[in-house]
Amino acid sequence: MPERLMIGTRIRERRVLGGIRQSDLARQAGISPSYLNLIEHNRRRIGGKTLLKLAEVLNVEPALLSEGAEATLIAGLREAAGEQDGIGAELSRIEEFAGRFPGWAKLLADLYRRNEALERTIETLTDRLAHDPFLADSLHEVISAVTAIRSTSSILVETEALEPEWQNRFHRNINEDSSRLTEGAQSLVRYLEGAPNMDAEIKSPQDEMHAFLAARGFHFPELERDIAGPRDVTRLIEGAGATLSSPAQSLARDVLLRYLTDARSLPLESLLDWIASLGLHPGRLAEASGVDLATLFRRLAAMPEEAVGPVGLVICDASGSLVFRKPFEGFAMPRIAGACTLWPLFQVLAQPQTPLRMRLKQVGRGTETVEALAVSAQVIAPSFDRPALMQAHMLLLPDRPDADTEAVALREVGVNCRICSLASCVARREPSIISDGF
Amino acid sequence: MGKKVLLIEDEPNIIEAVSFILSRDGWEVKTHSNGHDAMQVVRMRAPDLIILDAMLPGKSGFDILTEIRGDAALGATPVLMLTARGQTKDREQAERAGVSQYMTKPFSNADVLAAVRALVTP
Repeated sequence: MPERLMIGTRIRERRVLGGIRQSDLARQAGISPSYLNLIEHNRRRIGGKTLLKLAEVLNVEPALLSEGAEATLIAGLREAAGEQDGIGAELSRIEEFAGRFPGWAKLLADLYRRNEALERTIETLTDRLAHDPFLADSLHEVISAVTAIRSTSSILVETEALEPEWQNRFHRNINEDSSRLTEGAQSLVRYLEGAPNMDAEIKSPQDEMHAFLAARGFHFPELERDIAGPRDVTRLIEGAGATLSSPAQSLARDVLLRYLTDARSLPLESLLDWIASLGLHPGRLAEASGVDLATLFRRLAAMPEEAVGPVGLVICDASGSLVFRKPFEGFAMPRIAGACTLWPLFQVLAQPQTPLRMRLKQVGRGTETVEALAVSAQVIAPSFDRPALMQAHMLLLPDRPDADTEAVALREVGVNCRICSLASCVARREPSIISDGF
Repeated sequence: MGKKVLLIEDEPNIIEAVSFILSRDGWEVKTHSNGHDAMQVVRMRAPDLIILDAMLPGKSGFDILTEIRGDAALGATPVLMLTARGQTKDREQAERAGVSQYMTKPFSNADVLAAVRALVTP
């Protein structure tokens, strides 16, 4: 339907929206109801004074009736229809659709554009996976080692009366290839985990926010001052410039505002004094300072490393999504979700306000152990129309062989199931690419 | 003397394992481990079958295969390609270049042996 004829449809829509009867509009515009009826059904051309008068009575810009606000919308709809040839969208009625149902039309056009953006993202990620040279090299190395092991071990099993010289040779080859396989698999795991290397390519707003915090060592002297306030948070965010997208700015703002509140509850100087007198013992520090454990954990993670040594922190919400990660050498964390459910972080979600202390060893990461202290706390109180918002905190400290930690239980945990080689884990959610394939 | 198989592969332990199973099956196996002078070796050995790795240092297996098929004297030689690249586009690339059979790693010894026996008429 031609654009000029759509004026009538727009007039009718505006009139109905305004709750005006056709006869009333006709009377106020100085035309007969039957003539207005013909206009509204796009059977009469309209322009000049009549259009101006109708626009005035309907209280809209005349251009909105004559041109419509739909030019871009119609272009978007045409684009969407063009991509869906087989569906049979009525292209000849596209302007009528946009004119009569502008909200639905906008929704459709927006969804199409969103779909296009998502498809581009998928293509980029797929392309990256397919052409990432490091990934390709690592996988090639792993597959080559697996091939050699499979072929050689088959020979050892299937060849009857294999000469000792050959046996020794093939045993040695399997040993060499299994070492290569281990290195290749570990290299892949490190790469896929992307932690604790915070310089790795940034993808999500959460990653951007964490990279911003990591660049500052998770410590912000600007927010430690007595006179610090929300304006300092705004300045810090603005100072980050283009490194933070709008969604990442929002996440960073929330984290820094909480930092500000925490710093007021437990100022840096006081905390460092407590640490100097009591040592880095969170239980004693919380008792002496009077703050709750979750706040203390966040404050310890915000201290400069040169003052307190390495301190890691991971926070999750009740769904198990990791909302905050301060990396800790020797303890890998997945980016957002899917972490090992054996972490005490998740255990404390089921026992609010009851802290848990444990020594952890991550499978496949050598013999290093870390001290983990976890507590779950209410962040937002419940109401009649919403549940309480809970978050669990897990502080990570170097495992100190002292009298206190000797008695603490040691638990073997993973990073996430996909890359965990723990063979008989009761908590396994999905098969591992490490243990099952090889 | 058995039929001659030339194995072009850069992984020493895969070379050793495949050479072993073919030799035990009566094939005369020669090996080579890089791509850039592979064609010279192919011409020199004139094998009855070539087992070719797709990713070789110096020149890819796909390029070597194309050269073999373009050579009047060697063009009819059966080529079994072994590769860690199992993607459809890689298989299609090998087929376009004239591969006789395409096998992805990790393979079983029995499959390799069966393929070699099927590709070379005694």
